[in-house]
Amino acid sequence: MTGVAAESASPPRATSIEQRAAEWLERRAFGRWTEGDAESLDAWLNESVDHEVAFYRLEFGWERTARLSALRSGLPRNAKSKTRDWAGHFKLMAAASAIAALCVGGIYEYVLAPKGMTYATDIGGRKILTLPDGSKIELNTNTAVRIAADDTGRKVWLTKGEAFFQIHHDAVHPFAVMVGDHKITDLGTKFLVRRQPDGMIVSLIEGSARVEAIGPGAKAQAAELKPGDIARATHTSVSVSHKQIAMLETQLGWRQGVLIFHDTSLAAAAAEFNRYNRQKLIVSDQAVAKLTIDGTFPAARVETFARLARDVLGLHVENKGDRIVIAR
Amino acid sequence: MVGRLNSTRGGTGTVPKDAPSAASLAKAWFGREILPLEAALMQYLEHNWRNASDITDLRQEIYARVFSAALQAIPERPKQYLFVTAKNILINRMRHEQVVPIEAAADLDALEIEAEEPGADRVVIARDELRRLQAALVRLAPRCREAVTLGRIEGLSRPEIAARMGITEISVSQYLTQGIRELADILYGEPPNVRRKP
Repeated sequence: MTGVAAESASPPRATSIEQRAAEWLERRAFGRWTEGDAESLDAWLNESVDHEVAFYRLEFGWERTARLSALRSGLPRNAKSKTRDWAGHFKLMAAASAIAALCVGGIYEYVLAPKGMTYATDIGGRKILTLPDGSKIELNTNTAVRIAADDTGRKVWLTKGEAFFQIHHDAVHPFAVMVGDHKITDLGTKFLVRRQPDGMIVSLIEGSARVEAIGPGAKAQAAELKPGDIARATHTSVSVSHKQIAMLETQLGWRQGVLIFHDTSLAAAAAEFNRYNRQKLIVSDQAVAKLTIDGTFPAARVETFARLARDVLGLHVENKGDRIVIAR
Repeated sequence: MVGRLNSTRGGTGTVPKDAPSAASLAKAWFGREILPLEAALMQYLEHNWRNASDITDLRQEIYARVFSAALQAIPERPKQYLFVTAKNILINRMRHEQVVPIEAAADLDALEIEAEEPGADRVVIARDELRRLQAALVRLAPRCREAVTLGRIEGLSRPEIAARMGITEISVSQYLTQGIRELADILYGEPPNVRRKP
């Protein structure tokens, strides 16, 4: 804007009308809206044309944003419902869950993903890509995917990290995910893929998919997956195990910004936290590393986790800046 | 053409009984024809009025006058009608305040409004619209964006948003209210791809 804003005792009249109009709109969209409210709004609008234009302007703008719901990720509606009451090994669980319910933070970045592009997240980052066909890919921490530039764009390379796929059904154009020397082919499914140094792990939540090795010299290493299946594929083999869907979903806590542990060793929990944070957790003692924990923790709050380990497990915790050392 | 406000009025013919009310026609017209011109209008006002703190009031006054006119009869050339109204209101204000900067008056006289086809400004491809909306969302303040994202994209209720953000429902309300206002400013008042001041 040009010019110097004059000192004025009160905000412009239009600004206070606009604020009032926005409050009406917010209440109508998100509050308990009764017939009486509707009448009060009508009365307010009828008071003056100034009220009307201010309200309609905001209303038209807000209506336009309804289109944004096309980007909906289907995040579970209630973070708590995922936190099951497993028999706790330690009291850690209750305390941690209470905190997790309060500070599920780190909002997603929403991206409409054109074809032929690479998308990546940093450590601790999350991103939802919406493909032209409506399929969605959620990138977890420190992850990169490239989307094919062909007509359908239904081919994706996971070059790093972990991603959750929700694929739109299209019988004519199967969706393919390439992970190193492996290929996952599916028709309308939900699955999680995590790249490993020597291969990958695929967990199928819904639908069906086929996993096969495609590298040079690959033998006919293929597996058909059904819901609950977990395929571990390496250079030499593809093995499939099976778990309850509910158990698989604990691996998806990151979609809500949390890590869900169930009978997890402290060493494994620390490794999990270290994927999401630059400040690393070090468990320096073998005996301590074998302690197991249950609970739901905000992925970004490594200090919270360390503090609970100190207060509840009675361990020695030392913050050294770039790392936190946990010892007996 | 400048200054002949009345020439755009009338001529709508007889109205059938079951037609939409004048009020709803005026509202639809306002959203369809006038709001998409807001970025241009704001530019015009900022260029021609030295006191930035008056601009919201001026815009409000212009909209109120244009809308009142539309309640009587829908103006045929929205863009021209809007800018002629804006110009008249500016001139009145200048007279009233008895401070007419020479260059401003010159600018006002030079105002030419092309007689464009109605709606030329609002041809938007659906995909571009979604991108534009996303860009608008990104420009909101972080907490405000988070509340709007959870409410508008994920479709969560006030209590659900409050639980997720770890704040009270009243705070959620305030963030959403702020979001509604800022989104209208970004979507209508700013030209696309303009960086917003913090």
